Amino acid sequence: MGKVRKYVIEIIGIILALIWLAPFYLMVVNSFKTKREIFVDTLRLPEKFTFKNYTEAFERLDFIQTFFNSLLITVISVGIIIVFSSMAAYALSRRKRKISSLIFFIFVGAMLIPFQSVMIPLVYIFGKMNMLNRIGLIFMYLGFGSSLSIFLYHGTLNGIPKALDEAATIDGANRFQVFWYVIFPMLKPITVTVAILNTIWIWNDYLLPSLVINKEGIQTIPLKMFFFFGEYTKQWHLALAGLTIAIIPVIISYFFAQKQIIKGISEGAVK
Amino acid sequence: MRKQSLWYWLFLFPVLIALTVVVIIPFIFGLYYSFTNWNGIQSTEFVGFKHYIKLFQDGEFLHSIWFTTKFAIASVFFINFFGLILALIVTQKLKTSKIMRTIFFMPNLIGGLILGFIWQFIFIKVFAGIGDLLHVEGFRGWLSTTETGFWGLVILMSWQMAGYIMVIYIAYLENIPQELLEAAEIDGANSFQRFRHITFPLVAPAFTVSMFLTLSNSFKLYDQNLSLTGGGPYDSTQMVAMNIFKTAFSENQMAYAQSKAVIFFLIVTVISLTQVYFNKKREVEM
Repeated sequence: MGKVRKYVIEIIGIILALIWLAPFYLMVVNSFKTKREIFVDTLRLPEKFTFKNYTEAFERLDFIQTFFNSLLITVISVGIIIVFSSMAAYALSRRKRKISSLIFFIFVGAMLIPFQSVMIPLVYIFGKMNMLNRIGLIFMYLGFGSSLSIFLYHGTLNGIPKALDEAATIDGANRFQVFWYVIFPMLKPITVTVAILNTIWIWNDYLLPSLVINKEGIQTIPLKMFFFFGEYTKQWHLALAGLTIAIIPVIISYFFAQKQIIKGISEGAVK
Repeated sequence: MRKQSLWYWLFLFPVLIALTVVVIIPFIFGLYYSFTNWNGIQSTEFVGFKHYIKLFQDGEFLHSIWFTTKFAIASVFFINFFGLILALIVTQKLKTSKIMRTIFFMPNLIGGLILGFIWQFIFIKVFAGIGDLLHVEGFRGWLSTTETGFWGLVILMSWQMAGYIMVIYIAYLENIPQELLEAAEIDGANSFQRFRHITFPLVAPAFTVSMFLTLSNSFKLYDQNLSLTGGGPYDSTQMVAMNIFKTAFSENQMAYAQSKAVIFFLIVTVISLTQVYFNKKREVEM
């Protein structure tokens, strides 16, 4: 009975997996068709695979530039979040005072505030400070990303004995040295989680960049995609090629870092 | 003593500044603006609860709240249903378990905006194609009615998030002691009984986490809403987040939009906290 049951479950799983893949399959298959062919038949394989859609979409998306815009903002933001959140969490976990609990509570509580509730004054304030630019955007990512990151670091830091800090201090290290040379290297697994969660969020974020950096030439992938798509809604062949191009870097990264990504997500979600 | 705490504040300084400038100050300003006739440039007059009274008579806003609520209920149900099923399948130690996990999780890595565009193509073009093939009228004209737009959003969200929720359920399923299940099997419990009395109670905490995530994500949905239906037809599939955005930046009614944002904050907070409270209570009883 066990074997038959396993067999049935496996078949159900495979069917579900195929359903899950279907949207990607249909997107890719149709991206190789001509405009007319998509209009006539979306379900069949293309008569002749044409790469023309791709070269055209690649060009109109200005993809190399757009890709590096996204990369720049994501890498800097995630780096800053890691550095400052881990330091803050360390401070909060090492000095157990009332003020530490209060600050920690404020950071965690801030997670409950939906973005829309601060969006309008945020844009106004940053506009006044002339900070509706990439630096402003990165600073915003630090503000919004620090809560969860501090929360995750804090949990791990509480499990690292203070005796370690004390030993290093006796050897003559100051706080910065203790943290960067002794403690931070021990945080590597949770740093990976923090990096993955923030990367996925910032790489894919649309709303915040749309409010902050809506300038030609510095647009990120989701931003560029939005305008590209609006322009080509009736030209599915180009739109689909554009979507596929936008997804390819993500799928490649997933292929290489799959284990860390799923582990990072589950750690971030279960805590 | 002073010197000792210097490092403490230095370590905290960058994130405290960022949180204050990005979240706390805008939140307080926003609260204040919602009681004035602020127009995005200057606020001159204190108008009390005027905006709040107005929004409870605003048919479009009330519709967006109702639509969002219905959407959240449906998507929480389907996401958790599929999430648990997928988790149960991939934890069976099948040959294809690993590749299945990879596939089910994949949509979560791609942005909601892009996923919405992909599904727009599926619903509009592919569904029409299936409708022609099978001569079924129901497949045509998807996203052109409120009803199909609603289910379009639910399908998109379930497809996207089930894999994420699966990962959470897997974490708890893998912690269930095997001896417990084996002992129950020896005692003659069938697989349904084992699921009902052992597996299900032990994954209850996963349900708390996943319900919190799915509920708040569904309520705050914006990108997918924007790219899949754009709120159409006639704003009937417009959710709260999108309604606030439109009021502020398309209609330029800043103070009014901000009062909606305050109500939105209250709704999300109350729902999140109530949900966690009740689920925690249920866990203890089990």
